[in-house]
Amino acid sequence: MNAPSTMKPFRHVGTRPVRPDGVDKVTGKALYSTDFKAPGMLWGAILRSPHPHARILSIDTKKAEALAGVKAVATGRDLPTLESLVMHVGEGASDIVDVSHNCLALDKVLYEGHAVAAVAAASPEIAREALGLITVEYEELAFVLGLEEALAEGAPVLHDTVFTKGVDPKPDRPSNAAMRVEMGGGDVEGALASAAATVTGRYTLEPVHQGYIEPHACVASWNGDGQAQIWTSSQGHFAVRALTASVLAIPQADIRVTPLEIGGGFGGKTTVYLEPVAMVLSKKSGRPVRLAMTREEVFRATGPAPGAVIDVRLGAAADGTLVAADVEFLYHSGAYTANDAGAGVSSAIGHYRIPNSRVVGIEVLCNRPAAKAYRAPGAPQVNFAVESAMDELAGKLGIDPLELRLKNAAIEGDPQTTGLPWGRIGYVECLEAAKAHPHWSAPLGPNQGRGIAGGYWGNYGGPSTVNVSVAEDGTVTVATGSPDIGGSRASMAIMAAEVLDIPYEQVRAVVADTASIGVSMVTGGSRTTFATGMATVQAAEEVKRLLCERAARMWGVISDQVEWRSGEVICLDGEKQGQAMSAAAIAGRSFHSGGPIAAVAALSAKGWLPGFGVHICDTEVDPETGHVKIVRYTAVQDVGIAIHPDYVEGQIQGGAAQGIGWALNEAYIYGKDGKLDNAGFLDYRMPVASDLPMIEAVIVEVPNPSHPYGVKGVGEVPIVPPLAAVANAIHAAAGVRLKDLPMAPDRVYAALHPEG
Amino acid sequence: MSKIRVSTTVNGDAAEFLCEPTSSLLDVLRDTMGLTGSKEGCGSGDCGACTVVLDGEMVCSCLVLAPEAEGRTIATIEGVAEGSVLHPVQQKFLEHAALQCGFCTPGFIVAAKALLDRNPDPTESEVRYWLAGNLCRCTGYDKIVRAVMAAAAELRQERTPA
Amino acid sequence: MPSTAYHAPGTVEDAVALLAADPTARPLGGGTDLIVQMRAGRLSPGAVIDLKRIGGMSGVHRAGDAFAIGAATPCTALKADAALSAAWPGVVEAANLIGSVQVRNRATMAGNLCNASPAADSVPALVAAGAVCVIAGPSGQREVPVEAIPVSPGKTSLAPGEFVVEIRFPPKPAGGGDAYLRSTPRTEMDIAVVGAGVSIVLDGEGICTAARIALGAVGPTVVLVEDAAAALVGSKLDDDALAAMSQAVQAASNPIDDKRGTVSYRKAMAGVLARRAVLIAASRAGAKA
Ligand SMILES: Cc1cc2nc3c(=O)[nH]c(=O)nc-3n(C[C@H](O)[C@H](O)[C@H](O)COP(=O)(O)OP(=O)(O)OC[C@H]3O[C@@H](n4cnc5c(N)ncnc54)[C@H](O)[C@@H]3O)c2cc1C
Ligand code: FES
Ligand code: FES
Repeated sequence: MNAPSTMKPFRHVGTRPVRPDGVDKVTGKALYSTDFKAPGMLWGAILRSPHPHARILSIDTKKAEALAGVKAVATGRDLPTLESLVMHVGEGASDIVDVSHNCLALDKVLYEGHAVAAVAAASPEIAREALGLITVEYEELAFVLGLEEALAEGAPVLHDTVFTKGVDPKPDRPSNAAMRVEMGGGDVEGALASAAATVTGRYTLEPVHQGYIEPHACVASWNGDGQAQIWTSSQGHFAVRALTASVLAIPQADIRVTPLEIGGGFGGKTTVYLEPVAMVLSKKSGRPVRLAMTREEVFRATGPAPGAVIDVRLGAAADGTLVAADVEFLYHSGAYTANDAGAGVSSAIGHYRIPNSRVVGIEVLCNRPAAKAYRAPGAPQVNFAVESAMDELAGKLGIDPLELRLKNAAIEGDPQTTGLPWGRIGYVECLEAAKAHPHWSAPLGPNQGRGIAGGYWGNYGGPSTVNVSVAEDGTVTVATGSPDIGGSRASMAIMAAEVLDIPYEQVRAVVADTASIGVSMVTGGSRTTFATGMATVQAAEEVKRLLCERAARMWGVISDQVEWRSGEVICLDGEKQGQAMSAAAIAGRSFHSGGPIAAVAALSAKGWLPGFGVHICDTEVDPETGHVKIVRYTAVQDVGIAIHPDYVEGQIQGGAAQGIGWALNEAYIYGKDGKLDNAGFLDYRMPVASDLPMIEAVIVEVPNPSHPYGVKGVGEVPIVPPLAAVANAIHAAAGVRLKDLPMAPDRVYAALHPEG
Repeated sequence: MSKIRVSTTVNGDAAEFLCEPTSSLLDVLRDTMGLTGSKEGCGSGDCGACTVVLDGEMVCSCLVLAPEAEGRTIATIEGVAEGSVLHPVQQKFLEHAALQCGFCTPGFIVAAKALLDRNPDPTESEVRYWLAGNLCRCTGYDKIVRAVMAAAAELRQERTPA
Repeated sequence: MPSTAYHAPGTVEDAVALLAADPTARPLGGGTDLIVQMRAGRLSPGAVIDLKRIGGMSGVHRAGDAFAIGAATPCTALKADAALSAAWPGVVEAANLIGSVQVRNRATMAGNLCNASPAADSVPALVAAGAVCVIAGPSGQREVPVEAIPVSPGKTSLAPGEFVVEIRFPPKPAGGGDAYLRSTPRTEMDIAVVGAGVSIVLDGEGICTAARIALGAVGPTVVLVEDAAAALVGSKLDDDALAAMSQAVQAASNPIDDKRGTVSYRKAMAGVLARRAVLIAASRAGAKA
């Protein structure tokens, strides 16, 4: 049983029932983005820039418009001119002007693949043919891809409106440094100077893609009366509504967004690329329009996670006590100001008690697609550097790497990098669980080595709305505004069934459209089970209260004289004492006792707590070829309480696999011409089934006291530790420390054979 | 462009369609026949989300020209369950939570069934290599591999006379 | 946009006529290269000529101890043929490294060869085996060694109207063994950074009497390294002979830096893989010697 000692044993929480949407998904019936068709629908296509940086001199669409079957053509001129406005609707903040220009470029294209025009036609073939008839005159501009190059004197500046945020006084010149974030305190240099052991290193990473298997797609239908419908797959249909309405400068309530099933997002589907464009095409043509990206477009034009250059210095006393950390990093922001530096700074060193620290993060604009959130956005990059350096420090001090981490691990009350104290966190518990796990002490074969790394993510709460309603037969529907990417319908049904103490099968959970439920933030940041779960519990509690009230009314007693017990109302007093009334009996007569029974909880969830994880990785390195095989992998994580352990394990395993891919082979590869060279799954090498072993997920439960069922959140943490866990394991296996990702065979070989 | 008339068998039923000479079988299944269970993740043979069985062999339907299907037999995800009785592979995917977003799932189920149809007792390594043409970004494959192994065990039991 | 026609002729003659009628027409084997290239807009042939409905074009044929493989035979069908797998395990393995099971159920070795990618996996193995292509064309049939087909990346020596109908193998020599190894970052679903195909013959004493060593992805076309073979012939595959062979292989490698690998890594791997492949081939030769 997963119940924490402080809570009563659960009936449903911690069980593993089949998800309510499961059968649809194993039979092919579930509707994903391109499975939906609207009557009379047109097919759209987008023309993209072949240049990494260029001024648009003119766009001639006449020939395309004249092609038979073409019903509409749109360019950036068809989007309204907007005032700068920073919106916090997706994962992180974005300026609505940037969102608009990213949907359709206006004066400049900022990366290869930047959208410049769109068409809608009677067939996909005609739409593609029409793209070929659009003539765009470009003036090519110098471009910049690298982080340090973009900051160098004389580098082409992407936006003359960007003056580094977070710098006082405001710089007098625009630059590619979009934002600077600094945290820390104490005397870093002094502490490093007097430390018994120090390590210094520079680490680099290339941008990587979220790699969801379903490409972006939507259908939009915008009527002459101004009202519109959008069917799309996203991590948040309310974010789609808010962003689309803002880009088009129309009222949000005029757009109804229906969420289709989503084929993965990982942070990458928290913004709009297509919806505003499909809307414009629909308005112009008077027909519903589908826009769908190809895989190549997904790679060229949607958010990768930033690459990075990270400098780290750590210092420790002879007994291993950390005394100072100095971390400074540059993150790719891509074409527009992104958000990862702040999260990177607060996710860098907070898992350790370090009295003197300085962490600086800088967002760097460059001619790459605009960086987007990817699972624990901003954390894995800097964690790779810090946790590699910790390993090196352990080596220098002659201390076991797990013990060094345990010695310095932050506990409740210790200050975070922000200075605020940590709440009830579980890093120590994870390290202890890793130490006790048989994997940590298992024997290794030849050319094998074991690495460990720890990491964390802040998690989140935020706004969610849930409607719990009782049908006349007593069965329950939970409607949320949170797209289900990995089993959240099941978790919501479990929580509602837990509150009501009724069978899981009597509760069904659905994801409602923007017109049918109140605003809910995106499914992202590991917030859904926490925040939407909290709303579910609150609404279910209210339903329970209503059921009690109605039963009391029907029995003619006051509410205090009834109690909810085992899914029924029991009369405690008077002549009906001892009688029970089921939800079915109450709801069946509800029309006569005060109306239907339903409750809405609309809340902004507070009290979230971060999650911590510790990963153990065994690698085998072929000394002659540099090939790295992952032979065993264990991921330990504090999740608060696991509502549905299968999906908790699934999140941990999936995140670890993505992290392993990032560590070993995934990378955006650009040519000298500034164009992406590997815009497909064959050369953007995500792990396939035969690349991985089983990934053992070990759930640690240190409950969150602020959540009714102790939830902390799961999804982000598991991608944080793998990068360093793999690097540390390679070091243990082959004696070489790789500081540049990916650690592909040629890189490992070069490290093993420095003579060439 | 003159369209081509093609006669095939899809999930046991005779089917006829008109298509462009270079339409993919996937496009025809999804857009012409309304069988949207097969997914398009790449359109270039790299992800396996479009896996169907063509004359007994699993292929990426995005890399089959629709006219090639003339006279051939096609089996898609829509035909894996018998009525509303799930195939053991489908059942085990549910029981083992082998899907998160579920987008890759139809391709995996068609591929896994194709494996178990010819090899009732695969090793973990055989399962992993057989499924290497199917990308899943959500699960890390762990629960998928376990579900396939469990389905194999169940099928072996079903086939063993009591 | 010029549209592409689809034809599925039933005879070699019809296929030749269709190909000869339109110089932009392309034979269609499994389509795992052709369709990808058409979708990406890199190629828009006037017609695709599906070879799979031509009688006898699919399947492994055997005449005595010589094998012939129809041009439209998918790679997985090679594995299913026990006799071929026993005689030329290196070739069968090479063909079954291509892509995934789904891809191999369609992909053919003839397509792998005629796509003329320097990284094609089955080609070094075929060259090492000494296989030849039977080509049909407007002026009848001709035979050329496999290595004569690719002339540069994406280009073949086939004349308009010509296509490969069959790949023929010499009789398997007594004491012969072959092997193919490649280097890829992933275990499956990847394109060779380097490939090495080896075929050797050992006499009763374990002395190498003949060898063919061919490399993929280290030059614009497959490279048959005669110096490497010479380093092995006459030896018992001792360390010195193997080192000399590896050196010859590295010297013959003239790769490029690209997204799939660097020059220095490719050269180094060519040497390593060729040595490992020789040892596997030797164990196979020894097993049957
Ligand atoms: C996901 C994926 C993974 C891949 N992985 C690999 C890999 O690991 N290794 C590898 O080597 N390749 C790989 N490939 C490439 C491809 O699968 C192989 O090259 C395959 O062998 C091509 O065979 P095919 O029958 O499909 O050729 P097709 O696509 O039908 O034809 C390829 C070319 O050859 C021509 N052609 C075909 N048959 C003949 C003939 N009989 N005579 C003359 N010309 C002909 C065609 O016109 C075309 O130009 C991969 C492809 C995909 C999609
Ligand atoms: S869509 Fe066919 S393999 Fe990806
Ligand atoms: S479950 Fe999402 S890709 Fe596999």
